[in-house]
Amino acid sequence: MFPFSFEWIWDAGHLVFHGGLWYALTVLGLGMTYCIIKAVLDAGKGKGDHHH
Amino acid sequence: MDTALIPKGVKRCPIWQFALWISANGAVLAWGVFAMLLVYIKGLNQTNMNNAYGFALWIWADLAVIALGGGAFFTGFLRYLVGKEELKYIINYAVLIGFICYSSALMILGFDIGQPLRGWFIFWHANVHSMLTEVAFCLTCYFGVLTIEYIPMVLENRKLDKVPFFHNLGHNMHEIMAVFAATGAFLSFFHQGSLGGVPGVMFGRPFGFREGVLIWPWTFFLFTWSAAAFGPCFTIFITKITETLTRKKLVKDNVIDLLAKISGWMIFFYIIAKIIDTIYWATVTAPSKGFTFLEFYTNNPGSAYGLWILIAEIGVCGVLPALILITPKLRRIQGFLWLAVFLGVIGVCLNRWVMVLQVLAVPVLTFEDWFTYLPSWQEVATTLLPVAYGVIMISVSYRYLPIFPQERELNPIDEPAAAAREVIPEPSAAGPEPELSPAES
Amino acid sequence: MKNGNFKKFGMVIDLDKCTGCGACMVACYAENNIPFREDDTDKMLSVSWMHVYRLNNGKPFPDYEECFLPRPCQHCEGHHGHSPCVSVCPATATDYNMATGIVSQIYPRCFGCRYCMGACPYHVRQFNWWDPIWPDGMEKMLNPNVSVRMRGVVEKCSFCVQRYQLAMDQAYMEGRQEIEEDDYQTACTETCPAGAITFGDLNNPEHAVHQLAQPDPAHEGRPKNPKAFRLLERLGTNPKIYYLSRREWVRRAGDNYLKGEFQNKAHS
Repeated sequence: MFPFSFEWIWDAGHLVFHGGLWYALTVLGLGMTYCIIKAVLDAGKGKGDHHH
Repeated sequence: MDTALIPKGVKRCPIWQFALWISANGAVLAWGVFAMLLVYIKGLNQTNMNNAYGFALWIWADLAVIALGGGAFFTGFLRYLVGKEELKYIINYAVLIGFICYSSALMILGFDIGQPLRGWFIFWHANVHSMLTEVAFCLTCYFGVLTIEYIPMVLENRKLDKVPFFHNLGHNMHEIMAVFAATGAFLSFFHQGSLGGVPGVMFGRPFGFREGVLIWPWTFFLFTWSAAAFGPCFTIFITKITETLTRKKLVKDNVIDLLAKISGWMIFFYIIAKIIDTIYWATVTAPSKGFTFLEFYTNNPGSAYGLWILIAEIGVCGVLPALILITPKLRRIQGFLWLAVFLGVIGVCLNRWVMVLQVLAVPVLTFEDWFTYLPSWQEVATTLLPVAYGVIMISVSYRYLPIFPQERELNPIDEPAAAAREVIPEPSAAGPEPELSPAES
Repeated sequence: MKNGNFKKFGMVIDLDKCTGCGACMVACYAENNIPFREDDTDKMLSVSWMHVYRLNNGKPFPDYEECFLPRPCQHCEGHHGHSPCVSVCPATATDYNMATGIVSQIYPRCFGCRYCMGACPYHVRQFNWWDPIWPDGMEKMLNPNVSVRMRGVVEKCSFCVQRYQLAMDQAYMEGRQEIEEDDYQTACTETCPAGAITFGDLNNPEHAVHQLAQPDPAHEGRPKNPKAFRLLERLGTNPKIYYLSRREWVRRAGDNYLKGEFQNKAHS
């Protein structure tokens, strides 16, 4: 999973496979980070209070 | 009692009735958990698997729920990437069903492996050439996607939505949902395919082995295709069951019709591909290994793996539902729609059964015989466990979350009267079955 | 390997010599600390690295004939080390060693998904459905060079790889670069009272296995000896166990053939 695992080889198989994996994880991670940070900022601005 | 949690403008059954329903399913769940603990504590000797059947009921259940859960990624793909706007009225439910299917699959894998504490080795010591490695990675990641897609639904709960942070978080996640859905579709195309690759690459098993393109055997593409084709059948099937149990119309006919039509055409082209694959395998691949096609379907105890299984899978549960669903007149008749989606669900489950169990049952060494297998009660109980879990998840989600955007429009109620009825249960609420919701009068 | 000195350990089993006595199985149990249970009658649940099959020609008396077929792990090479089981293991818990041709199994790495068992058409891979329990005192007789396995992992014949390691150590201590044919022999080979099993380096023309099987490197080791065959040769598993028999029906039982195919093959 990581280049420091002893079975890791810098070959096409590992690059394509783990490239796809880390790409997907990065998209999901960054997406969620954006949503959470924006939600905190929006809440600070008083957005979403209309229900009260 | 829980009125404050129930979405505005919809009616739900009294809490006692709901509790009864949950308890009944909870009993099945508890039985499954008991069996699961037995397996965890005593080991896989609690199953009827053996050295010939290393894969059995559980792996079939895994493959089946993942195929059926394919409705989530394909509906998401159609809604967010292809732009089929109408599907926004059913996407929530498709996601919920997908979430249940994938969490169930992960749970089953958790106790199916001999050394559960080493489960993380599949990630850490990944062999990138193994189809199972790709399944594990994509399945886990896609479960993350489904969780991300399910969270906004939970946040729409009346109480949670009042918290500004949750409200904003749900809103923001909706905003960029297409990005998540696209990632989910990308992951799904691969793990659905890799599940097909699992038997397809086994060149020591002539029943499962298929040629292919580059590193992918034909089963890779057939599995992705069939999950996309039959997954929506399961979404429609569960929607129809939910409508029957709640005695309410929850999704408009045009939405169901569109999904059924797409599913029908997908099945239609899938089944043509499957027939071509079967003919090529029967006439070229298998004979090249010294097997005749009929050897795979004859001389087995009780004809458990007779030709009937192929006819059922491709004909009755493939061609027939495809023809019904691509014919507008037929799919608009409720009876036919029910029949088609039911057959579709059975068909894809049969395909997964054959590609797991029959692959191992067929004798390959000339001096061995067919291998037989019947699951133990522990295996059955642990396989029913996700079913009970799914029913509970749907019941709780339906009760407290606005899963069906069209429910209010389709079932208008007089708000004060509804509130009054929540307090005093009507006789009609105590129907013959413990329903999720009383009948609309 | 740096010197390009690849070994390819393999076995030749003469089925016309095998009496089905089962001594190879017993030796294997003792050498490799193979677990057993009090009631080990269900062979689909027991572990036996070496299994002796009993074949017959399907003819009634007096034409009835029998043959015993010992089946260790076939240590398939597939195409360039792409053996059926090694390629599917998701956790790299099994490996094809290019230097020796031995398919290994790493027990503490295996997490018991059993995909390799499904992929192996020979059923050489077996699962530890139970934790091993040794009769009182027997744990003192276990082979210290072989680790015992725990419940929930797959195991199989290793060609007694611990003996290879000992032989290599011995050679090193004696200042030799190479081991001799006799330095490394598996437990089953040494035990077989009929001398039906021969073991050695298939790449070494001086070794008996090479001379008996006459592997053809141009055809992935297919035997040139007309009396030799490999199990399920047609699947492309490229195994390293060669079987010998003068009897045609025995050789035919080694693989699947369509009607008339075997006769054509025999005449060609």
